This record gives sequence, C-alpha cells and structure tokens, in this order.
Amino acid sequence: MSDGTYNFAYLDEQTKRMIRRSILKAVAIPGYQVPFASREMPMPYGWGTGGVQVTAGIIGPDDVLKVIDQGADDTTNAISIRKFFVRTTGVKTTEQTDEASIVQTRHRIPETALSDKQILVYQVPIPEPLRFLEPRETETRKMHALSEYGLMHVKLYEDIATHGHIATTYDYPVKVNGRYVTDPSPTPKFDNPKMDRMPALQLFGAGREKRIYAIPPYTEVKSLDFDDHPFEIQTWDAACALCNARDSFLDEVIIDDRGGRMFVCSDTDFCTARQAEGHVGPMAGTLPGSASEEVADGVG
Amino acid sequence: MYVAVKGGERAIENAHRLLDEERRGDPEIPEVTLDQIAGQLGLAVDRVMTEGSLHDRELAALAIKQARGDLIEAIFLLRAYRTTLPRFGYAEPIETADMSIQRRISATYKDLPGGQVLGPTFDYTHRLLDFQLAADGGTHPEPAAEAEPSDAPVPRVVDILNHEGLIEEERPEPAEASVGDLTRDPLTFPAGRDLRLQNLARGDEGFLLALGYSTQRGYGRTHPFAGEIRLGDVTVEFEPEELGFPVEIGEIAVTECQMINQFQGSAEVPPQFSRGYGLTFGHCERKAMAMALVDRSLRCREFGEEAGSPAQDEEFVLSHSDNVQSTGFVEHLKLPHYVDFQSELELVRKMRAAIDTPMKSAAE
Repeated sequence: MSDGTYNFAYLDEQTKRMIRRSILKAVAIPGYQVPFASREMPMPYGWGTGGVQVTAGIIGPDDVLKVIDQGADDTTNAISIRKFFVRTTGVKTTEQTDEASIVQTRHRIPETALSDKQILVYQVPIPEPLRFLEPRETETRKMHALSEYGLMHVKLYEDIATHGHIATTYDYPVKVNGRYVTDPSPTPKFDNPKMDRMPALQLFGAGREKRIYAIPPYTEVKSLDFDDHPFEIQTWDAACALCNARDSFLDEVIIDDRGGRMFVCSDTDFCTARQAEGHVGPMAGTLPGSASEEVADGVG
Repeated sequence: MYVAVKGGERAIENAHRLLDEERRGDPEIPEVTLDQIAGQLGLAVDRVMTEGSLHDRELAALAIKQARGDLIEAIFLLRAYRTTLPRFGYAEPIETADMSIQRRISATYKDLPGGQVLGPTFDYTHRLLDFQLAADGGTHPEPAAEAEPSDAPVPRVVDILNHEGLIEEERPEPAEASVGDLTRDPLTFPAGRDLRLQNLARGDEGFLLALGYSTQRGYGRTHPFAGEIRLGDVTVEFEPEELGFPVEIGEIAVTECQMINQFQGSAEVPPQFSRGYGLTFGHCERKAMAMALVDRSLRCREFGEEAGSPAQDEEFVLSHSDNVQSTGFVEHLKLPHYVDFQSELELVRKMRAAIDTPMKSAAE
C-alpha cells in the first residue's frame, strides 16, 4: 500500500544506516546525547522530525506502529505522522498500546506498561537538560563529560528555597544509569517513574538539534531530588470523567464559559479500554451538547 | 461537551482542501505557470535555491507556487525534497575567476582590469512604482545595448591586492578531504571556516542581513570595503570515480562577494587587509554581501580580536541562521501542549494556594 515514489520509510538506506549506527552508540552509552546528521524531513522542525527519523531508521515491514501526541492517537500531529508512515512504509498501525511494536510519542508515556518486545520513540525538542542553565553547547558538553551537574542541583535547591518545593512539572531531569543527566523530553514528571527499569527500549530523537539518545531496557532512571525533598508526581482530586481512573494523567477540559470543567485521561487508548472493561466515570455516555450544565456544576 | 479534540483526521483533510483552493485563487484568472515564476520572479527562485541548497530552477519555481509565494515555506519544500536525493559525490571547486560575467563591480577601484560591469541591478533605479507595468502586463522592454563580449580575463580584485602582499593569503585547507559537510555530519563547535561558510550560505538572508548590519553599527566593527561583487555563470566539473579525470556537467549562475577588511596586524603579521567571503546561487547580492560581513566577523578569534558582539559569536550565529529550523521551532508552539500546560496549571494553583493561605491566616 505504500507510495512507491520514495524509498521505504522515506529516507535512503545509507541515511537509515547512519541513524541506526547513532542509535547503537546511544544504547551503548545510556543517556548520552549522540550527535547525528539529522536530515530535513517533509514535516517542520518541532513537529517531531527527530522521532520520525528514529522511527524511519528502525521500522520494518512487519512492525505495528502507534503514534500519540499528548497521549492521544487522534490529535492532528499524531494523525499526520501516522499517515506519513502508512504512506511511505505501508505498515500496520494501531491505537492499542499492547499491539504496537513501535510507539512514537510526543509529551507522554502510555499508561499501559510496555514490554521488552516494544520500542518507545520520543520526539524531543531540546535534548540538553542543562540548556536553560547554560546556553552554550561547548560548555554543556564539557559539563556532561566531567559529570559536573552542580548547576542543576543549585537550580532545584533554589526552587525549594523560593517555593518550598521543586517547581519543575515537566521536562524534569533524570539521571540515567547513574551517569548522565538526561532530558526526558517534555513529558510531565508524572511519567518519569515509568522510565525507570522500563522493559521496552526507549529511543529519543531531536531533529533540529541533531541528537539521538537512548535508555536501554531495564536501566535505572532516577529523577533528581534531595533526601529531604524527595521526588513527587502530580496527583488529582478528580477521577477521569469518562472511565473513573484515578491513577492516570488527567487533562482538564473547559466545558462552558462559566468555569465548568472536567478531567479526562490524556491517554485515549487507556481510557477507551477501561470504558470497554465497564469502568464508568461521572460523565460517561453524555452526548455532545447535552447535560453539560448539571455536570459542570458537579465537577467544577 | 467533550468533542473538541476529536475529528482531527477530517479536519486535516479539509484544511488541505482549503489550502489548495486558496493557493489556486480565483479560478477565472489563469493559473501561474512554473515558466512564469522562473522567468519573472527570478530573484525569488534564486533565494529559494540558495537557502534550499538545491540548484534547480524548475523545482524552486514549483516550490514557490506550492508555497503560495511564502519563500521560507518554499525553501523548506526544496530542502525536504533534497533529503531524498542520493549523493553521488562532490563536484570540483568552481573557479569564479573564469566566470562569464554578467555583473562585476568593485567599490575599491575606479577602474580595473576587466572593467566595471553594472549588469541587471536595481542600484541606480528610482524606486517609483511603475504604473506602466500595472497597465499592460505585456510590456516589451527595449533591448539593452550589447556590450562587446570580451574574452579578456577578469581577474579577482583580491588577487590584484595579493600581488602586493597587502591582503592575507587565502589559506587552502590542508587536504581536500577535510572540507566538512554539515548536511552529512552534525555541526560541532568550534566550527572551521569551511563549515561556517556552508552554514552561512544556507542561512536566512534576513538574519544575516541584520547581523551584517549590526557590525557596521559598532557591534564588532570590521571596517569593510566591497572589494568585488561578481555575478555570472561558472562551469561545474565532476570527477566520476571510474573516469579518473573531471568532466563538465553543467553551468550554474552564482553571486560572489569578496569583502576587504582592515586588520591592524599582530606580533607575527604586519598590517594587511583581511577577507570576508560570500557566495550564493543565482543573483542574491544582498545575501552574498551580508554573508561576507558575517564571515569576517566570525573570524575574530583567528585575528585575536576582542569578541563580544552577537555577529562574532559562532555558536549564536550558526545555531540560529537556518530559517527552516527557526520557523519550525517557533511555529511548533501551535502544536498542542495540553499535557505540559496542565502540569503548569497545577503548579501555579499550588503556588497561589501557598501564598493565599498565610495571607488569610494573617487577616484572621
């Protein structure tokens, strides 16, 4: 079904080999940012060109691909990237996390635990966790080489001194395999614990910044913290309005202009599966345009 | 109700249809052809080829048409297409001294071997809207007086200066193989001049223009003179591995700018002029000049000059010159950021709650 105008997965074979070499190096040095000769892709930088190149490098005809953005399969950019791969590879796609062999994601890790038969590909805008503390690449590379991460700890300490807690909610830095401080891509820190000893291979592609990094299966990933201020994830008072989940990341949806709002799972596959299993949230089954007022009062 | 984020697939398809309609415009009016774009919007084509790093007038014209005249979008289309082309090898360096000249001017000598050739330039036009052009699209311009074609060599101004040793020698790379290629290897810092020039050649005209301008206004002054600007066709040669000698594969039009800049001299080197270099496909004179200014500014360390201005900061300039990268990252803010924003929302509420509580207890 693929479009014969271009090579399988768009890129030529030499380019894909170059990407795979970078991936191998990245896997060998967990958390280390490997420079690679990122190509111009037919979607803009910032739309996931790094993730797309990594996926193009590893995908084969038998793979089953899932693409999510903000946790959802039906966001416009996820649809666009999925279509790109359908067009250039003809592979099977899925929305079900456990069916996929490759999951490409922007900003979330699926709620369903991944297995060692799966690869999670992250789209990364700024791969350098130290970038906002030190804009120069020459400096940050040196800091990584020397494991000189004091600046990051000072930043976290200053948060605590000012706010009483660490005021970083996403893009929360982690230390991989006890060595490299690494950027989880701007996933919410809610997802950080999922990275730790994940059975699936985690690959990170940053197209514009020309970096690939990786976290091999079952690797220790520790969110930076202090003994007296341990790492914490977000919690919600509400449950998902559709599937009643209390342990998933919830998006806030504004439902009227009077402050009414509801909370729903950001992971659409997780939510749909729970609803199919019979879990019922307070607003499940409400039809568009109906009953919004009563419910808004109930939740908001 | 909760319907806003659903239906993305149909929305995309409809957006694409709308875009096609907008691009076509009023169907009563004839569609613009690629020949018309290539022939009558030639400078737009030149810019798209230069920053798109692909010399193909037809494809550049197609990109401009498809991009509805948005040149950065057209550059992006061309770059994305370029990605899919196999790389056969590297051409021989072009020889601009052998250029068949359409335009050649020097601001440093009143007259010089080869002469001053104005060529097609806006420079001495009065910028008055020409309503004649609006009235009848089919104006037939009067042919310009043909200059007698001359085979006399047109030596480069910098080579003339070089005879006296007044300008720095061009330092060739130690081995040809060491010339970098940032489309094949990621840029690392510090970058050599080869990679800097390649980056600037692909860089955004507006960005380089502003940086070049800033050096003239005192942010890293380089005391430049436009030693020479030349526009014309040069032959491209390629050496196929199996032949063992170079063969001509075509001609391309290029604009070259050699800036001549002051250099005070140092303990090892007597005072002499230094160089800044600009080169583009087609006729992109503004870009070539700006590139030459920025090239010279970025050489500050080489000359032991004080370096504190933006145009002298290699990482700053090279990391932000590419408009396909810049536009992508700026515009990606349009993509959903619900999840990150949700996290920030929670944080701001938490921080506000922390402020509110002690204030309330103080009031009680």
